[in-house]
Amino acid sequence: MYSNDTFNQSSKESRTFTRRVILAFLIVLILFSVLIGRVYFLQVVEYERYTAISDRNRIQLQPVAPRRGLIYDRNGILLADNQPTFSVTLLREEISNMDETLETLSELIDIAERDVERFRQRLQQRRRPYETVPLRFRLTEEEIARISVNYHRLPGVQVEADLIRFYPFGESLAHVLGYVGRINERDLERIDTAKYAGTDYIGKLGIERFYEPILHGEVGFQKVETNARGRVLRILEHEDPKPGVDLKLSLDIQLQQFTEKVLQGWKASVVAIDPETGGILALVSTPAYDPNLFVTGISNADYNELRDSPDLPLFNRAVRGGYPPGSTIKPIMAMAAIDSNTVRADYTIWDPGYYQVTQGGRRYRDWRRGGHGRVNMNLAIAQSVDTWFYDVGHRMGNEPMAHYMRMFGFGEITAVDTPEAIRGVLPTRDWKRATMNEPWYPGDSINMSIGQGYMVATPLQLAIATAVLANRGRWVQPRVLMGVIDETNEGEERLTLPDLVTQHPVPADVDVKNPDLWGPIIQGMVDVVHGPTGTARRVGQGMTYKMAGKTGTAQVIGIAQDARYDASKIDARFHDHALFIGFAPVENPEIAVAVVVENGGGGSSVAAPIARKVMDAWLSGNYTLDDEGEMP
Amino acid sequence: MSHRDFQRTMPGAKAHFQRSKSLWSYTCLDAWMLLLLCVLCGFGLYVLYSASGQDITYVERQAVRMGAGFLLMIFLAQINPKVFMRVAPWLYVAGVALLVAVLLFGVQAKGAQRWIALPGFRFQPSELMKLVLPMTLAAYIVRQSLPPTLVRLLVSLVLLAVPMLLIMKQPDLGTSFLIAASGIFVILLSGVYWRYVFLALGAAGAALPVLWSFMKEYQKQRVMTFINPESDPLGAGWNIIQSKTAIGSGGLSGKGWMQGTQSQLNFLPESHTDFIIAVIGEELGMRGIVVLMCIYLLIILRGLLIAVRAQDSFSRLLAGSITLTFFIYVLVNVGMVTGLMPVVGVPLPMVSYGGTSIVTLMAGFGILMSIYSHPQLRRH
Repeated sequence: MYSNDTFNQSSKESRTFTRRVILAFLIVLILFSVLIGRVYFLQVVEYERYTAISDRNRIQLQPVAPRRGLIYDRNGILLADNQPTFSVTLLREEISNMDETLETLSELIDIAERDVERFRQRLQQRRRPYETVPLRFRLTEEEIARISVNYHRLPGVQVEADLIRFYPFGESLAHVLGYVGRINERDLERIDTAKYAGTDYIGKLGIERFYEPILHGEVGFQKVETNARGRVLRILEHEDPKPGVDLKLSLDIQLQQFTEKVLQGWKASVVAIDPETGGILALVSTPAYDPNLFVTGISNADYNELRDSPDLPLFNRAVRGGYPPGSTIKPIMAMAAIDSNTVRADYTIWDPGYYQVTQGGRRYRDWRRGGHGRVNMNLAIAQSVDTWFYDVGHRMGNEPMAHYMRMFGFGEITAVDTPEAIRGVLPTRDWKRATMNEPWYPGDSINMSIGQGYMVATPLQLAIATAVLANRGRWVQPRVLMGVIDETNEGEERLTLPDLVTQHPVPADVDVKNPDLWGPIIQGMVDVVHGPTGTARRVGQGMTYKMAGKTGTAQVIGIAQDARYDASKIDARFHDHALFIGFAPVENPEIAVAVVVENGGGGSSVAAPIARKVMDAWLSGNYTLDDEGEMP
Repeated sequence: MSHRDFQRTMPGAKAHFQRSKSLWSYTCLDAWMLLLLCVLCGFGLYVLYSASGQDITYVERQAVRMGAGFLLMIFLAQINPKVFMRVAPWLYVAGVALLVAVLLFGVQAKGAQRWIALPGFRFQPSELMKLVLPMTLAAYIVRQSLPPTLVRLLVSLVLLAVPMLLIMKQPDLGTSFLIAASGIFVILLSGVYWRYVFLALGAAGAALPVLWSFMKEYQKQRVMTFINPESDPLGAGWNIIQSKTAIGSGGLSGKGWMQGTQSQLNFLPESHTDFIIAVIGEELGMRGIVVLMCIYLLIILRGLLIAVRAQDSFSRLLAGSITLTFFIYVLVNVGMVTGLMPVVGVPLPMVSYGGTSIVTLMAGFGILMSIYSHPQLRRH
């Protein structure tokens, strides 16, 4: 039945097959060993490493943002608050189609074009992985409900509770407090990102910016176990954040708002300082803007409107507005002239209405055409006689003037916590050489003697100089902060000063050879207000206290030598700036004020009445104004 | 003819006939294999419960599929291998026709066209091909005495290439790879001359660059990701990094059943399907993997034993191919999950969740048992 051949063939096939199967099985064994070897490598050799990776996967260190410090005024009125609000945020990692998600959301809640535009900007920015990006802030209860109901349709969409800075007094404090805003790429470069893990906001301007390091607090952490989608399953460990400190400012919100009302309609600035402490009582720059707009991100339209407004509401005139100080610096110039022994204290001139360096040379005009006749130092201050100052200024030259002005803080930044403050310009021979490559001419000294020419000062600098005058040369540190609110062991409120402030040097007291000079200088200022011929005698009427002051009028455009300034013929933009400095009561000064009204006209007619109202209010504690803006 | 050869064929065959008279042999099942498969399925269900996130419905559905697979296995075990040999060509033609139909009218799912929708259920012709191809090749090759001639070899390669390319086109890299492997095993076991094998290997090496240019972007991506998974840790490399982390962090004895953080907290993707071995590694540790590997090895050993004991070349080749293809499943899957090989969609046999592969695998074991229980001699 079976041939040998077939058997042979069949057995040969069988043998070949068996050989190949054995070979295959050997290969199978080898490959199984490779797999087991691989598993051994992963699970035994590399065990530690993969355990670490696995823990890193599931355990995450989540930052817990600290509560930002609150800001109060001197009477404990809250100026900057943290309000709980709800925002809708999107997690890009979980959203496959962003446009579709935005579309769906916009059907549920009101999302403006600018929200989307700002959202897309934020999406482009550098950001931590799995960090949510906010789309709209300040959701209403109804909107939260509508999103919640539709959660299942919106993967990656969350409603997040957050504390958002709120400034209850809005515009009134924009230029002092500044505001916080979302941390942007520029901020990221200057901050320690570890400290800001979990924080979305940072102080951008003003007090918020200067005290950022202590207002912010210290970030806390929690160690959480999460799943792959980042959902927190349980908290393993936690370290609470340290809240930021609360600040108490010297500022009086009543005086601030009162001053704001007095300035209504003007582009103006008022800075009021308590000469005793250096505490800034009011710092007003009008017009202002609502800082709350900036907190969650201002829309382009709103921003453009603010930026393009001819009144420059974003411009902080009080600390950044550089004006020629005009005649307001004359008391200091008088002191410089006498204390530097350039002239004697009873130096008297004959004022024909102009001053000439040489016979037949250029005539430097006095503000009064016909002149003031015989003029001594007291009259020179009280009537603001330019000619007297031209004369002493020309005799002094640049150096004594600059030296004494600097001792009063001009050309310097002396206030601690107004981070945007500018230095202004205190012109010197070297300064002129460096910036203009020109020598110092005698005419420059003459211009400088009445606060014109190259001199530039801010209202803040003027107020500080006034406070130094009021203190008869004694410096106190000018600052907005009264102190950090702390608690004593007994649980009572106690104010302390942060290092930020104590590290800041206080300028040396004004060094005069003849301290008896303060009396006559201040008397000159008193006579400005109370003297029979003082330039501000009108505001001195009916005053229950004694005020020392000095008016000033700063030219905006040059007036030709023989031309007269005629406000009615000049565009309002080029009208003179009205200035006034003053302090009261003279015997025991409680307030020093500097007023600058842009294009206000005359210092005596516009600026001085404003200063009086501010002082009246502060000294009487009565902050009411009638409909005409007058005090009843 | 040597005495030994005679002994091996005749009395051995007689012994089978005698043994078939025992009660158990009426079932036509191999008790050893059945036992191993039951252990494997039980282990699979145990792991699946944890890997699916303690979802008992997954386990139930998987158990139902296993039951269906067992029934199919028992049914196929009753059929004489001669029948397989006879119907193989027809099944092949039908299979290729269905593959063409899939490309023309198939149902799209996850970017690939693999399914034919019939009323009531969906069906993957490529799964059918996994068994039909080795059957057809074996049937074709044994029509002449072995080893196969060059012509027969080339025809075999064409028979192999047609379904393989059709499936690649779906595209389903994993299945086409498995089908190619099953065909190649038939050819290798048939005793093809080694010189042809090395020649083919050389040609394949030369063809690799050409193949690369024909690959789809996602396939290239997989290969690139395999070479350097860290290059894209959140994208394509994520799976591999997470599965290696799961296995590595399991250590020798594992984090405990249902205690794996990688798998339970969803860091591990596809944890209940293709990547289920990572769950075993994480929760049961290296011990769990070694136990599983031993079960697989015993199944393969048993399969190869059945192949060696088979009395005719067709049965031998078919049994050998089915067994070694089963090994390829294990090798590719474990190799992929442990980061030794590129990510190819091959399930871990009998453990990964998913219906089609289980049914196909059980059918394969049914054929193995049919070969085991129907010894036969060649008739001339």
